[in-house]
Amino acid sequence: MSGWINKLKDQFSSVVLEVQLDKDYPTVICNREGFLDLIKHLKEEKGFTYLIDLCGVDYLNYKHKKFEERFEVVYHLYNLDTKELIRLKVRIKEDDCWHYSVTPLWKTANWFEREVYDMFGIKFEGHPDLRRVLMPEDWEGYPLRKDYPLYLDEEHEWSVYKKLIEKTKMERGK
Amino acid sequence: MSLALEINKKQLNEDSWEEPYFINMGPQHPSTHGVLRLLLQLEGETIVGCDPIIGQLHRGVEKLAESLNYNQAIVLSDRLDYIASAANNIAFALAFEKLMGLKVPRRARLIRTIVCEMARICNHLLWLATHALDIGAMTVFLYCFRDREWLLNIFEKICGARLTHTYVRVGGVRLDFTQEIIDDLYKFTEEFPNRIPDYETLIDINRIWLKRTKNIAVVSAEEAINLGLTGPCLRGSGVPYDVRKFRPYDAYDEVEFIVPTGKNGDTYDRYRVRMEEMRQSNYIIKQCLDKLPETQGEPILAEGAPDLLMPKRLKKPKPMPVPKKGVVFRGADKPIVPVGEAFAAIESPKGELSVYVVSDGSSNPWRLRIRTPSFVHISAIPELTKGHMIADLVAIIGTLDIVLGDSDR
Amino acid sequence: MIEQLLNLLNIEIVKVILAAVILVAVTLLHVAYLTYAERKIIARMQQRLGPNRVGPRGLLQPFADMFKLMFKEDVIPKAVDKPTFWVAPFISLVCAGTGVALIPIWKNFVLSNINVGLLFILALSGLGSYGILLAGWSSNSRYALLGGLREGAQVISYEIAMSLALLSVVLMAGSFNLRDIVNAQLNSPFKIYLIPQIIGFFVFMISAVAECNRTPFDLPEAEQELVAGYFTEYSGLRFALFYLAEYAGMIVMSALAVTCFLGGWAGPFDIPYIPFFWFFLKIYFILFCYIWIRATLPRYRYDQVMGLGWKILIPLGLANVFLTAIFKLIF
Repeated sequence: MSGWINKLKDQFSSVVLEVQLDKDYPTVICNREGFLDLIKHLKEEKGFTYLIDLCGVDYLNYKHKKFEERFEVVYHLYNLDTKELIRLKVRIKEDDCWHYSVTPLWKTANWFEREVYDMFGIKFEGHPDLRRVLMPEDWEGYPLRKDYPLYLDEEHEWSVYKKLIEKTKMERGK
Repeated sequence: MSLALEINKKQLNEDSWEEPYFINMGPQHPSTHGVLRLLLQLEGETIVGCDPIIGQLHRGVEKLAESLNYNQAIVLSDRLDYIASAANNIAFALAFEKLMGLKVPRRARLIRTIVCEMARICNHLLWLATHALDIGAMTVFLYCFRDREWLLNIFEKICGARLTHTYVRVGGVRLDFTQEIIDDLYKFTEEFPNRIPDYETLIDINRIWLKRTKNIAVVSAEEAINLGLTGPCLRGSGVPYDVRKFRPYDAYDEVEFIVPTGKNGDTYDRYRVRMEEMRQSNYIIKQCLDKLPETQGEPILAEGAPDLLMPKRLKKPKPMPVPKKGVVFRGADKPIVPVGEAFAAIESPKGELSVYVVSDGSSNPWRLRIRTPSFVHISAIPELTKGHMIADLVAIIGTLDIVLGDSDR
Repeated sequence: MIEQLLNLLNIEIVKVILAAVILVAVTLLHVAYLTYAERKIIARMQQRLGPNRVGPRGLLQPFADMFKLMFKEDVIPKAVDKPTFWVAPFISLVCAGTGVALIPIWKNFVLSNINVGLLFILALSGLGSYGILLAGWSSNSRYALLGGLREGAQVISYEIAMSLALLSVVLMAGSFNLRDIVNAQLNSPFKIYLIPQIIGFFVFMISAVAECNRTPFDLPEAEQELVAGYFTEYSGLRFALFYLAEYAGMIVMSALAVTCFLGGWAGPFDIPYIPFFWFFLKIYFILFCYIWIRATLPRYRYDQVMGLGWKILIPLGLANVFLTAIFKLIF
């Protein structure tokens, strides 16, 4: 397993930054440029046909951080024939907050990327229909970011909820 | 502006009769199994487009977990797939144990397997009841619930709760099995295979059932893998992928069972896969029960597991255990775990439930990502319903086995 | 005083009015208790008890339901077409219930002995579908409209099949008059038309289930798909009227089946004071079959319902008519 991953580093030297084999599953840390070629190669030639998960992580104020980008998009790919799992990580800067979409390769990535956009604000280029999936359409802010509070105070509440509170206050006052 | 808002505005302004015709199968509906909103684009009775809108049950589990301990986060997991909540606990516990490097004792592993399979049977019984009820067979609903009550009573004896168990904890399980529970489970495993034909005779070769489920939502194997379907939905299309066999956890490498697969990938095959899975679950429970007496007297919590009991409940003060490398105790319940990340997946009754946790060395997870099967299955609804009719929509939602708590988290 | 009352009874019109009132009362009681029987029987088939609180063994349940529905708030949505909305349940109920007047209950009792009795009942069931179509349309809601349209198409298709089945009965009996049909049955070699007309009976029973919108053909009112179909927007007493119309339709169809295929009021031996015993027994048996089918079978999809009606039942009905005609010619 480790053999061909090291060869991967040679093959895609501009894309792959680092290969970590000491974690629970082999992790490959990649650049954003050229990422689509790498993941296409993994899907079509190495047989990783199953995208288990696509998620985002926010590393603001992470104490043990060894890199300077704020976000990370993590992919978990699985090979059904050789039963191998590989983890791909792409680092995204905060002010350059976009990434390439893998929707042409996997249809399931559609909703995963919508959720990453909804929760972190990372836009995906090439996505057919990028809009919020879990939060209401007119929500402001990206909830899973570390600078987003767990509880909102009254002024920042969602507009529909604020209107409802005002309406009940008016009706109670009557 | 999004499609949903546009359609709403159009519907409010004019009641247009041109094709396509938009209809809203709203969040409140007897058969959408939760608050799922489907915007359907119809031509006559045929569905041309479908846009599922979820998020009405979003409780922010992932964000909440960042402010709770690892022990407290297990409680959140119950409420995800609330029909088979023991399985969700196991997913979280596995990920945290991988992170902390704990080794679960054998007795706890066997008990976990039993509880997971009981949850699987509960889930499949509820699935069959609601699926049959949606298609019109009312009686199957009541027969399934009769057996589910039996299992829920056993669950109440095990952990005190019928629905949200929180029984499986980091490092093992909460309480040990008593002899009464083991006897009850033996009785259940003997009687249950005789109950399954009760449901099958009503619908298995019934012409109406066959007409309503054969060739509905046919998915080929590559399409299913591409769409991310897992669990019985994938196995109905012929792909034998089962996390219990491919990446075994708990006691699944000690028991024998077969993984049923279907041929055509239509609704009828998925129905048969789940019926067969119920029988296999029953068999697994029996095998684990036979192995339990060998482990009599073993602990049910791993060494070095985060202390679960509140100090004032203990009768004698517990001796300070030897801290494992990297795991330090501060008080009764605040584990501090090594920096790193872990990924663990289980075969929940609905599909593959996987947890990816990133830790920064403190007692709270830095990021807890839960990949649930229902989220992916709902995203597959537009593909599956193209060309079918409204009456099939209910059958398709039923066969994908969706629970909104699972998909919205 | 009593002599004057008895003299009154000799007047024809008083007799007719009294008979009509008794018949209406009996029909309404039957409809009410049919709802109770259905709930009890389905419950027993599903291993539970059914209503058993109101009155001894739940026998007063229909009255409790009636009171509840009468006192419920009458919610009329703003955008409905008021006149049609008001009239639709009445059309349904009247057309469903009027058929009872033509059925011969025992040898000497038929309220209205029309020469084209069978045709009249068929026409009434056709008119009954107007009630449902108007209800669906006037509710001004997409769900109700879809339900109403589906139901209209279903009733029309299955009416043809039903008429063909009944046509073969008319061929054998030689008359549309229901009393004459029963007499013809009793004079025929088999005593009931069930045996020579087995295909006709089969076609008729399935069409009758479809006409009354019962499972497995109850898509127009399928809860799981269109909330409640054509009566989504109805509440309170109007809803009760639709409900009554459905069960009254069931009773009329069963009575028709008994009259045309099962020998009407005749039985192996006569019971002295209850001349209507066999008639009611046969009706109760067919109603039990209706309920039994509802508890057991799942629901057909709409295009499958239409396929069944047009592609299977109508050809069968036609074949039956031809066969009957040929046999009549030969023998």
